[in-house]
Amino acid sequence: MIELRVVYVISAREFKKFLREKSRLFSSLARPLIWLFLVGGGLSRIVPTGGNITYLQFFFPGIIGMTILFTSIFSAISIIWDKEFGYMKEILVAPVSRTSIVVGKAVSGSIVSTIQATIVLMLFPLVGLKLSLLSVLLIILLSFAISFSIASIGILIATFYESFESFSIIMNFIVMPMFFLSGAMYPLRKLPEIFKLIAHFNPLTYGIDALKNVIIKEAGEMGADFSLSLDLVIIFLVSLVFIFLGTKAFNRRV
Amino acid sequence: MSIIHVDSLSKHFNSIKAVDNVNFDVREGTIFGFLGPNGAGKTTTISILCTLLRPTSGTAIVDGYNCVTQPAKVRRSIGVVFQDTTLDKDLTAYENLLYHAILYNVEKSERQKLVDDALMFIGLYERKNDLVKRFSGGMKRRLEVARAMVHQPKILFLDEPTLGLDPQSRNNLWEFITRLPEEKGVTIFMTTHYMDEAEVCDEIAIIDRGKIIAQGSPEELKKSVGGDVIYLKTTDNLKALSIIREEMSLTGRIKGDELFITVTRGDACLPELIRHLGDIVKSVRVQRPTLNDVFLNLTGKEIREEHPDSMDEIKESVRAYRRRFDRT
Repeated sequence: MIELRVVYVISAREFKKFLREKSRLFSSLARPLIWLFLVGGGLSRIVPTGGNITYLQFFFPGIIGMTILFTSIFSAISIIWDKEFGYMKEILVAPVSRTSIVVGKAVSGSIVSTIQATIVLMLFPLVGLKLSLLSVLLIILLSFAISFSIASIGILIATFYESFESFSIIMNFIVMPMFFLSGAMYPLRKLPEIFKLIAHFNPLTYGIDALKNVIIKEAGEMGADFSLSLDLVIIFLVSLVFIFLGTKAFNRRV
Repeated sequence: MSIIHVDSLSKHFNSIKAVDNVNFDVREGTIFGFLGPNGAGKTTTISILCTLLRPTSGTAIVDGYNCVTQPAKVRRSIGVVFQDTTLDKDLTAYENLLYHAILYNVEKSERQKLVDDALMFIGLYERKNDLVKRFSGGMKRRLEVARAMVHQPKILFLDEPTLGLDPQSRNNLWEFITRLPEEKGVTIFMTTHYMDEAEVCDEIAIIDRGKIIAQGSPEELKKSVGGDVIYLKTTDNLKALSIIREEMSLTGRIKGDELFITVTRGDACLPELIRHLGDIVKSVRVQRPTLNDVFLNLTGKEIREEHPDSMDEIKESVRAYRRRFDRT
């Protein structure tokens, strides 16, 4: 069973700390901005898209996906922090279910991640995109759903690692490949077969595809590879499966 | 009536017996102390009683609930202060306590009052809106005790509560802790390796290498040493020891550069001792037995005063196990 008070405490704590640490907000926004303007800006000069959008516009959903990926994974990994610095013990010794703790962690990570994604989203006029208010609201909701699925994956990863040393392993072997093989930088249909196959097993692919479905609707060849409903079903299933596995692993290991 | 009942409790980590067939009872409203060196199994025992660790065998009943089969009920009855701080230093004192109250399902109408009361009790009410990272070590500890009291537990577990604190903060903390049983009717279960702290306990269990080797009130334990303790420095400790053992039929041990002798009456024994040993005696002191002497008498070693963290305790228990293993 999920106790809402536990989800509330874990989320409120995370949110308060997020607001207090201004440097964390800036540094986590720096990455997507650098990628968008320095990498995307450069590539858009040499990459012909052939369609009715520029490369920068194509890259925009991918950048929101990147913001979500990094923020959600690292929020979930704060379980490692908590274990190392002890606050997790305070929660574990309280009369609360383990499932609530895992769900609370996923929700708190998703809230922070959605805020960051929304800030990045607001830059859409700078890349020459036009979005209706309804689309903006839809993207924010989608961001929360994608964040939740990625945070669930992050929690499962975190339960397997004991300390900070694993940080760079997670970064290099999970997070970066997830980003590059997600259709964020290249349309999936133009990838070599082997990468295309791997990308199909990458949950982030469907998250970014969902964003493409709303942000670059009429991009043709450069647009989304799947339908929005398929994306949503997969995001939902990934969340469900990983929350379940995360809870099991958490119960067993912590 | 016993509020904690532990029956043949054991916890093995692979081949290491961190807790080895331990039995004890804690009476309601008393302060019960677990005294022993680092790695003796104190933290492991507390972790089992707090439902964070499953025992290998045996039963632990806390407030009438089984720690293994009814962990949620046990958790509701207890408050815990761990050896390493578990406060969130990026939150304020008030927030730390408030979130605790919510986690423990304290009625919304009572939360504010209970949190304020707890802060008042430890004298940190004026600083309730300060971030915890601005607090001194002693204040953090006090705050942690206050947090553990917010949901009005029946039993408070304190694992080495004063570890790493300066003497003044230690005294300050003890003042609060010893008030709890009287004023709030709380039972306290604490671990320590400081002898003077164990003196405040109503009942002490001395634990070494996973086993309880003595149990009783501080007075009873000191009486068990049998009279007085004489510490003796000589120019030749081995020779002195054989004289004491053979010519005087007394029990003595070498401890560091001193001899440690237990006698029924120190004042009467002293002249005879000097007569037998002659001029090899460098210095003598006679004292009433302390808890340290109790431990020394039982194990032949002193409880070391170190500042470990819990990881060290596990490592230490591995070492302790190896030492025992090598000897046999």
